[in-house]
Amino acid sequence: MADVNRGNRPLSPHMSIWKWQLNSITSILTRITGNALLIGALLVVWWFIAAATGPEAFAVADGVITSWFGKLVMLGSLWALWYHSLAGLRHLIWDSGRMLEMADADRLGWIVVGGSVLLTVLTVAIL
Amino acid sequence: MAYLTDRKRATGLGSAREGTHHHWQMIVTAVLLLPLIVLFVFTFGAILGEPYEVVVAYYARPFPALVAGLTFLVGFVHFRGGVQTLIEDYVHGPARKPVLIGMIGLSYAAAAVGVFAVARLAL
Repeated sequence: MADVNRGNRPLSPHMSIWKWQLNSITSILTRITGNALLIGALLVVWWFIAAATGPEAFAVADGVITSWFGKLVMLGSLWALWYHSLAGLRHLIWDSGRMLEMADADRLGWIVVGGSVLLTVLTVAIL
Repeated sequence: MAYLTDRKRATGLGSAREGTHHHWQMIVTAVLLLPLIVLFVFTFGAILGEPYEVVVAYYARPFPALVAGLTFLVGFVHFRGGVQTLIEDYVHGPARKPVLIGMIGLSYAAAAVGVFAVARLAL
């Protein structure tokens, strides 16, 4: 056998020893926001199907989504939506082969973080 | 085990030769979602909190209804691809396939419910 030590090799301690940096944090946040948006998305779908069902069903769904807790989820989802959109845009830029140098990548990271907060505040102010 | 050759152990563990399709589908839906998300946030956001009659009248109009329907459709197809990557990275063993099928089913179901609701409001 070419490799008798199969399955018992030392693993790189990749998660526990590396320092957190902008790129790793913005990357994992992209995944977290994208998947967490399911909660807000299902709430919105529930609101729509309730509106299509009738006034009583709508009152229940609308009551939940406009309660303080519902508003908190919607605000969090709004930020997650802007963050995930900007982070996705960053991936599209990277996929085109642009801005892959560390300085550019870091600049894009701060734009994604700052931009998502700015867009959230602007959206709340407009609506 | 001792009788398995290296070649035999390696077969089937390499590329599934379909990763580019998944990546391309994520790229296409991501690009399409960029304008859709902006339109959806400002149409849905404008009407959220309004009374039932106002909401029903608003989504009887073609533009907001089409924006909402397309956002649900493309959005949940995009989510289906993203959650698949999440599950493939973190769920191991026999649980992976049931979780994957469950989440993909949830994505399609949510898209269908959303599109149906919008169609019913609009028509």
